[in-house]
Amino acid sequence: MMQYWQEINALTMRWVRRLSREKFSMLFTLVQPMLFWLIFFGNLFQRAADTQVTQAPNYISFLAAGVVVMTVLNNGLAGGVDLLFDKENGFLERLMSTPIHRTSVILSRFIFVMTITSLQVLVILGVAFLFGVHPATGLLGIAAILLIGMMFGVGLTAISMAMAFSVKSHGDFFSVLGFLSLPMIFLSSALVPLSAMPGWMSVLAKFNPMTWAIDAVRPLILSSWSEALPHVAMVAIVMIVFDGLCLYGGAKAFRRAMG
Amino acid sequence: MDRAVAIDVSHLSKSYDGHPAVTDVSFQVYAGEIFGLLGPNGAGKSTILRTLITLLSPTSGHATIFGLDSLGDADRVRQVIGYVPQERAIDRFLTGREHLELLAALYHLPKEEARRRIAELLKLVELETHADRPAKTYSGGMKRKLDIACGLLPDPKVLFLDEPTLGLDVQSRLKIWDYVRLLKTRGMTVVMTTNYLDEADQLCDRLAIIDSGRIKTIGSPVELKVGLGGDIVSLTLKESDTARSLESALKGQPAIKAVRTTAKGLDIRVESPEKALPAILETANRLGCSVEFIQYNRPRLDDVFIAHTGRRIEEPAGDAP
Repeated sequence: MMQYWQEINALTMRWVRRLSREKFSMLFTLVQPMLFWLIFFGNLFQRAADTQVTQAPNYISFLAAGVVVMTVLNNGLAGGVDLLFDKENGFLERLMSTPIHRTSVILSRFIFVMTITSLQVLVILGVAFLFGVHPATGLLGIAAILLIGMMFGVGLTAISMAMAFSVKSHGDFFSVLGFLSLPMIFLSSALVPLSAMPGWMSVLAKFNPMTWAIDAVRPLILSSWSEALPHVAMVAIVMIVFDGLCLYGGAKAFRRAMG
Repeated sequence: MDRAVAIDVSHLSKSYDGHPAVTDVSFQVYAGEIFGLLGPNGAGKSTILRTLITLLSPTSGHATIFGLDSLGDADRVRQVIGYVPQERAIDRFLTGREHLELLAALYHLPKEEARRRIAELLKLVELETHADRPAKTYSGGMKRKLDIACGLLPDPKVLFLDEPTLGLDVQSRLKIWDYVRLLKTRGMTVVMTTNYLDEADQLCDRLAIIDSGRIKTIGSPVELKVGLGGDIVSLTLKESDTARSLESALKGQPAIKAVRTTAKGLDIRVESPEKALPAILETANRLGCSVEFIQYNRPRLDDVFIAHTGRRIEEPAGDAP
């Protein structure tokens, strides 16, 4: 057990060191493009967004939940990139030829991605706070939001790592990433409530785990625990199933890649 | 003299999606020797190596390292082996020292011992002054030295090197050869893959020639060369189309063991040059072939390779064996 901890610690610290060495990357990581979604998009659509439709005091407070989950989406799907590069330059082989537990590398990646994502979510909620968005369910609600984010993030990171282990060239990885991200955002309740979407889009959005996550985070920000709880319970179930599938697929991809 | 067997490979085969990379490979490596896997690119050397270091599981057959099975005892095998991969498997953002510290943690070394070993290794590979600079500032030779330091960190019983001097300049190559010989004096068993004939010849105690996924022959460089049974006379002919007729004329003759056409003329394997050379020249004269140049060689590893695979190591393989 001590040995497992020693491995995970060393492997996770490697990701931390790399991040702190790439000054620009670190800056962009914290001052996320997601912030621009929140600040520019949120304020831009202030008047175009009908408060009757969004059921929120202003568009930016409606959008906040969407931006939080979009952050989780982007981080999660990009979570496997470093493993892809490790696989390509042979570093992964070096790691796997040591007596570490076969899951250590993957677990360290999960821990790192989840931690960074949580920090970014806090920054986003912090900036939203400056624009007048005060989470209705307080600190406990924020903790719940982080938890929902992490549950969604686990499945996404698993998908990302499965892709990293399966693609033949890293061009494929980035193409698939780009192809998945935007449709997932638009076919969700991030920007517009489900009820206000055209029929066919709302049907597709219901199959998107993002929608469930957003519809649980939003009442945590905008309304109250009584409104939020049923959604939180539902998203927990959705995420357990989602994560289960993703982890299973990821494990298979990993085993196949390891020969 | 009974020598301990460090590695025992038995009928090892590995296929990827039905495509065979390695077929029915068997060999033994004795403790304390430098063993080479010699063959061209794509021959299957790396596949064999990576199976031995437990990164690949065999499709059939098995391999044991100091009695530990590479599949069933994989964890324990990883404790006693070191690996120096073919590519520069380093992280550009970490310093040399951080690489070694990371690996020390992965081998579960206590902090004090880790510190001691790292200091020793940095000294051995002469990276002390650069140890605390990020690896992206290292030259190709320095990266290679870091690779070797990483491979030696666990103080392994067997060190596996995958094409250790590929793409290096002459000086670095000689330095690496010296390291390997030094490791041998310390009692380490070394298994290396290479496609360099001179490396196999000068460095390896024993080697296996691998082509198209199969072992063609195993032995020490001296044994293999002597085993060819004879020296080589190389003729450069003025008109290369006369080669064929000269070849047929020479084939039956008593002093001649084998004849092969080359781009320039003929390579003739002879029992003893005193008898063969006059016969060759006389035949050539009789047929009117002008001989431009004659060269006489003791067998080289190059010739061993050709004898067992039918072609030079640089030439691409034909279709399935």
